[in-house]
Amino acid sequence: MPETGKKNFDMPHGTDIAWCPACGNFPLLNVVKQTLSELGLDPKDLVLVSGIGQAAKTPQYVNANMFNGLHGRALPAAVGIKLANRNLTVVAESGDGDMYGEGGNHLTHTIRRNPDITNIVHNNMIYGLTKGQASPTSSLGLRNPIQPNGVVVDPFNPMAVAVALDASFVARANIGDILQTKAILKQALEWKGYALVDVFQPCVVFNKVNTYEWFKEHTYYLPDDYDPTDRQAAFAKACETEKMPLGILYKHERPIYEDELGIKADTPLYRQELDTEKLEALMKSFV
Amino acid sequence: MRHFYNDLSIVLGGAAGQGVQTVEAILMAVLKREGYQVFACKEYMSRVRGGSNSTEVRLSSKKHRSYVRRIDFLFAMDGNVVAHLSDRMSDKTIVFGERERIKESPDLPHFVDTPMTKFANEVGNPIFANTVAVGVILGILGAEETVFHAYLREFFARKGEEVVEKNIEAAKKGFRFGKNIAYQEDIEIGLPRDEKYTKELLIDGHTALGLGAIAGGCDFISSYPMSPGTGVLTFLAEKGGEFGVVVDQAEDEISAINMALGASYAGARAMVSTSGGGFDLMQEGMSLAGIIETPIVVHIGMRPGPATGLPTKTEQADLNLALYAGHGEFPRAIYAPGTPEEGIAMMSRAFDTADRYQIPVFMLSDQYFLDSLSGISESSIALSRPKKHIVETGADYARYRLTKDGISPRGIPGWGQGIVKVDSDEHDETGHITESYEIREKMMEKRMKRLSAMAKDAVMPTEMDNYADAEIAVVSWGSNRSVLDESLGAVRSKKLGGLHFAQVYPINPKVKDLLKGKKIIVVENNHRGQFADLLVRELGVKISKRILKSTGEPFAVEELVDTFKQYA
Ligand SMILES: Cc1ncc(C[n+]2csc(CCOP(=O)(O)OP(=O)(O)O)c2C)c(N)n1
Ligand SMILES: [Mg+2]
Repeated sequence: MPETGKKNFDMPHGTDIAWCPACGNFPLLNVVKQTLSELGLDPKDLVLVSGIGQAAKTPQYVNANMFNGLHGRALPAAVGIKLANRNLTVVAESGDGDMYGEGGNHLTHTIRRNPDITNIVHNNMIYGLTKGQASPTSSLGLRNPIQPNGVVVDPFNPMAVAVALDASFVARANIGDILQTKAILKQALEWKGYALVDVFQPCVVFNKVNTYEWFKEHTYYLPDDYDPTDRQAAFAKACETEKMPLGILYKHERPIYEDELGIKADTPLYRQELDTEKLEALMKSFV
Repeated sequence: MRHFYNDLSIVLGGAAGQGVQTVEAILMAVLKREGYQVFACKEYMSRVRGGSNSTEVRLSSKKHRSYVRRIDFLFAMDGNVVAHLSDRMSDKTIVFGERERIKESPDLPHFVDTPMTKFANEVGNPIFANTVAVGVILGILGAEETVFHAYLREFFARKGEEVVEKNIEAAKKGFRFGKNIAYQEDIEIGLPRDEKYTKELLIDGHTALGLGAIAGGCDFISSYPMSPGTGVLTFLAEKGGEFGVVVDQAEDEISAINMALGASYAGARAMVSTSGGGFDLMQEGMSLAGIIETPIVVHIGMRPGPATGLPTKTEQADLNLALYAGHGEFPRAIYAPGTPEEGIAMMSRAFDTADRYQIPVFMLSDQYFLDSLSGISESSIALSRPKKHIVETGADYARYRLTKDGISPRGIPGWGQGIVKVDSDEHDETGHITESYEIREKMMEKRMKRLSAMAKDAVMPTEMDNYADAEIAVVSWGSNRSVLDESLGAVRSKKLGGLHFAQVYPINPKVKDLLKGKKIIVVENNHRGQFADLLVRELGVKISKRILKSTGEPFAVEELVDTFKQYA
């Protein structure tokens, strides 16, 4: 139950959730809803944007505005929403295949734009919805229906790429640890600028390698004295692959895209009215 | 003695980067201020320097706004021009150029050695050759020199007083030369001039569509540059600021359309502008717009394909693309204006249609339409404040409420008490994913149902001359409106009547009556006759003849006149 005065992001009536029992998406859904509530956000002013995949169904199960778009295209839609009305809190949430594979080009350029949005990636190192093919983050050697002898190309490293692109906020969490995941998500949502949170989570049906135990064994939390503003250090941390660091790897306050475009909070585009006198003057300038 | 009382075609040719564009801009502006009725169109190569480009400037007594092959005066600014345009020249063409540069000059029946560079160098820099050329033309026409000088002052004001004075000096040299040549060669220009033309707006297709977008309430554009679709993006970037238009240059076309749809979902009136190749990448986004019922205007500036094709030339071959783009079935509307006036009106209407019916709407133009420049009267433009078709949501709001006409009141996030969910999956009334066959059927029905109301609302085609009594309906769409009008006017046959479509889909059911009992000839700039096919599909009519062209050039008046004569 949310604290008094806080909004509830649970669906008003029961829903048929399309995830497998024990899927890592369940705890992540709960953590997301709790975080939104604890931050005092209002479902009316929040938009969850997603692509397609099992992870991308998350907004279906949250009582908030939703733009459930195309596979890989959540980020451009999220940017468009933010530019049209910057008073909205915008969260783009999808799977690793969606964000790092199909939507890879948008990831790069959304990081460059630095809009004030939060990007949560459910990283189960597999294509869940389409039944177990390799994702860009699948480990070398992972056997799957299309590479029966195992993945032969190195995995994509979203943390290193984000730091290399000077992303404004780069973090990683492990859904096996709910409290820490919530703490990280909170900071990401409060961050002004683009914030990437890659969340490790198991796919209990199709990924028999990267399990809850595996994630626990292969991660560690960044120490308290770690300085997330040091880009070189962050890059070195991001490149660790034996045991991967959790927490906030990198923070860099950068100009916000909405500000750079001169977008004002008091006139979301839906309230804008055409000034016909100005248009007449513009037409006359062609005489 | 050569006289021109009704029509004069001046062609300016030169290499890319040589300033033919500047000559055209100054010449057109000055001619309009002098009260001439003007039209210009251009053809150019896909390169930044070199090659051979040309601009046709037409002066006429009637409002002729179409391309003619005939060249009366050719200004050859560089050595390749004559070879490039020789098949459009005749014994009557007078070529102006520098003898030492134009190797064909000894064989040309009318060659006027015009020392543009020499005059420019006298002023201090060969760059002034362009202004000299404008001066020569205006001298031949016997224009008012003061109007010319005043314009040069405005045009070069930003570059400082010295540049202004030097240009005026160059202009004077050219003008005096032109006046003498007119006398020596016995050229008489008696084209009518009218005060009313001086008050017209001089605009090209890019500008018309840009103005129409603003008039339609457009406040968001995200696009990736691709000729000839870029002009609208540039226009809105340049002029849209004071209207609060948000402009984003996307990383690719896929991003562009998804960003525009995100913005539209949140209440913007959004568009994208591209060409066929760029639109190919947007097709999945198109389909998304269809199922989430989110308005968007898609401008496709057509150029010849497939693939990269002829990047800077013209064609009307993407009608089928627009008609069938995106998987699944959903309604759409397609506009294809033929004049700048129609460009403004249809573009503004496109935004209203998109919003009213919550559908994707196409604006199909082409390089010829976009790059053609002409005068339009301000009174031809009706401006009104765009109506917004959105609602404030109540607590029990459902985005896809089933209604009689298939249009659910459109709420947006952040306005009202409701939650707005849109979903690319099939969804129930609240926007949640569903796999129920029953709901699917209802939703399909609801989405498709809007099409019949849209068809009843569709813009009727324009009837030309004596259409009602004609035996043969000569049909065109998009950029061919003026060439059809002028060619039919020239043929003057009671048998032929023109019918031009500025909206090509859906087709108003009343069109069937308009075509009843007539033989149908369709004129279009493509290889198969895509609009002819559409008429067959939609109205079940028989097409007697398809007049097609897919060389990358627009139809010329002469070729249509020759063809129409066979039916007259
Ligand atoms: C354009 C397009 N290509 C392919 C698909 C099929 N598809 C749907 S989800 C998906 C991958 C999902 O993987 P991920 O994003 O990691 O999500 P998960 O199901 O693992 O949560 C694919 C390939 C699609 N819907 N659209
Ligand atoms: Mg996945």
